[in-house]
Amino acid sequence: MKKILTSLALLGLVVAGTAAIAAEEEHNAAAPTHFPINEPKEMSWSFAGPFGTYDKAQLQRGLKVYKEVCSACHSMNLVAFRTLEGLGYSEAQIKTLAAEYTIHDGPNDAGDMFDRPGKPSDHFPAPFPNTEAAAAANGGAAPPDMSLLAKARGVERGFPRFIFDIFTQYAQGGPDYIHSLLTGYDQTPPAGMVIPEGTHYNPYFLSGVSLKMPKPLSDGQVTYDDGSPQTIDQYARDVSAFLMFAAEPHLEDRKKTGFRVMIFLLVFGALVYMTKRRVWADVAH
Amino acid sequence: MSEGHSTYTPKTGIERWFDARMPLPRLVHDSFVAYPVPRNLNYMWTFGGILSIMLAAQILTGIVLAMHYTSDTNLAFDSVEKIMRDVNSGWLLRYLHSNGASFFFVAVYIHIFRGLFYGSYKAPRELLWILGCIIYLLMMATGFMGYVLPWGQMSFWGATVITGFFSAIPLVGNWIQELLLGGFAVDNPTLNRFFALHYLLPFMIAGVVVLHIWALHVVGQSNPTGIEVKSKTDTVAFTPYATIKDAFGMIVFLFVFAYFVFYLPNFLGHPDNYTVANPLKTPAHIVPEWYFLPFYAILRAITFNIGPINSKLGGVLCMFGAIAMLFLVPWLDTSKVRSAVYRPWYKLFFWLFVADAILLGWLGSQPAEGSYVFMAQMATLFYFAFFLVIMPVLGLIETPRRLPNSITEAVLEKKKGGSGHPARAAAAPETTG
Repeated sequence: MKKILTSLALLGLVVAGTAAIAAEEEHNAAAPTHFPINEPKEMSWSFAGPFGTYDKAQLQRGLKVYKEVCSACHSMNLVAFRTLEGLGYSEAQIKTLAAEYTIHDGPNDAGDMFDRPGKPSDHFPAPFPNTEAAAAANGGAAPPDMSLLAKARGVERGFPRFIFDIFTQYAQGGPDYIHSLLTGYDQTPPAGMVIPEGTHYNPYFLSGVSLKMPKPLSDGQVTYDDGSPQTIDQYARDVSAFLMFAAEPHLEDRKKTGFRVMIFLLVFGALVYMTKRRVWADVAH
Repeated sequence: MSEGHSTYTPKTGIERWFDARMPLPRLVHDSFVAYPVPRNLNYMWTFGGILSIMLAAQILTGIVLAMHYTSDTNLAFDSVEKIMRDVNSGWLLRYLHSNGASFFFVAVYIHIFRGLFYGSYKAPRELLWILGCIIYLLMMATGFMGYVLPWGQMSFWGATVITGFFSAIPLVGNWIQELLLGGFAVDNPTLNRFFALHYLLPFMIAGVVVLHIWALHVVGQSNPTGIEVKSKTDTVAFTPYATIKDAFGMIVFLFVFAYFVFYLPNFLGHPDNYTVANPLKTPAHIVPEWYFLPFYAILRAITFNIGPINSKLGGVLCMFGAIAMLFLVPWLDTSKVRSAVYRPWYKLFFWLFVADAILLGWLGSQPAEGSYVFMAQMATLFYFAFFLVIMPVLGLIETPRRLPNSITEAVLEKKKGGSGHPARAAAAPETTG
């Protein structure tokens, strides 16, 4: 009986082992089957970790990049101007910022639609009237809305990394991906790789060898007035951080509340544990 | 066992008044104060209480979320984002609720595996076990429908795939699918009925939980030795003993839960669900929530036709069969000994089964291609073999270890022996403390 069972168990292990080895498939550089070709680079972000906070200067620079570059094609429908208080702007600054935009509103008392300057409660106006128009103007692929992009993108981490991620609190897959994608242009595809016409090779792209979006950033394109380097890498970092803020404006609040909750549970748990020891002290169990 | 006489004596006038009219205080006293519990319960037995607070928390956060949610395909996604951005503490409510669903399943899986390890399903607890299985089924339905509500890409495509299973059923399949969807495809009627059902089912769960606890209080709790309570020395009073131990278990569980809510709120979700549902754009990999992955792997493992049963129907049958196995466990296990502590071979296979379930879960998250398919087929085979072959056969041929005569004897033996019984100490390290 013992022998049969042991050999059965061994057989099971061997089968599982060989299957696992077989799972490692060969790799063809010219015709990759799994995307992205390159994993996103892990950057260091101010908002990572249990005490992470947004770097307000960085967010302001990121907003500038969004306004001057991304917003030409990408909407950010879910973000209201008032949310930008989180970037450290005063109420007056936000009023001025909102007023730079023209909002199509109405109907008024006469039943007419009209244009007016933006108010803090308005959301960022979209560059295109609808998805179809956006797609038509961009070679058939509508540029995604950016409000949630930093949470809506992420490369699968795979075993066993996703286990380690629990302990390192890695939750920056989105910004890492966006940064890598933005800095991943201008590379030469491997010999023999077919890049469809009208698309641009980028080894960091999540779902193929290339994407419709041309290289959006170049050195010196956006003028920073705080002396930060005006490089693609810096732009990419700043706009990724800003997009994380746009997707998760309450992140700082969440982590701060979280710390208080954890401390409370720790102290409460310790007290309850000591009480439990006391209650059970004279009962063998 | 609780069939003894009630020990409740009303002390104040108001208690006497109630006791003569509707003895609710007596019921509470007998169920949660004087109720005798085996003295040797380990921390695995705190998950019943943990599940109760998770259900309560899910219902509370869910009701508030429903006040702000709109179940219309054009508005649902944005209404969830409004909760995240503009509703006071809305982000907290929503992250508590979405992670709460996951942790509800974490707790229920530990609870189920505890039952399988200690043979908690054996007579006279078959009905208790089956009521638990019904709760689990209702939880799966609730969790699935809840995931559809934010109307993200995975919501939509998950709903499309899962309701598609029903169309595999011969004759009535298409009819069932259309009834579920309220049309021919996942659309506004689907979202509305899922929302209505998602609000209804938790209260049905609460109802079955009452029956589950009722059945529990009739037959009494099982315990790590699997020996029935024989005398008063085998038990302690629920309060303060079990209450304080449950409280500590709950706090530890809530600590882990809070860690995810506050630091990794999207770890257990899928990024694609932050993109609004688009019926014209299929995601590269459609993956259900993690707690369905083992069953999803079983579904996709059946890639071959068996006689008149095509692979699609075969997959669906295996998937539902995998859950049906749980209902049959009380009759599949032929062993006279309850607890795996005294069943060396069953213990080995139990842990292999746990490993198999985790492996299936991982395979469910991988694309169904290449060697993954073969691995999933082997893992599915073991899953069913565990229930249909190992459980019945092992009970007949295995020689169990010597059982102590009573819970008290087991406890005192352990206390005295200390390191004298290394096998048992290793089997249940939670019992210390």
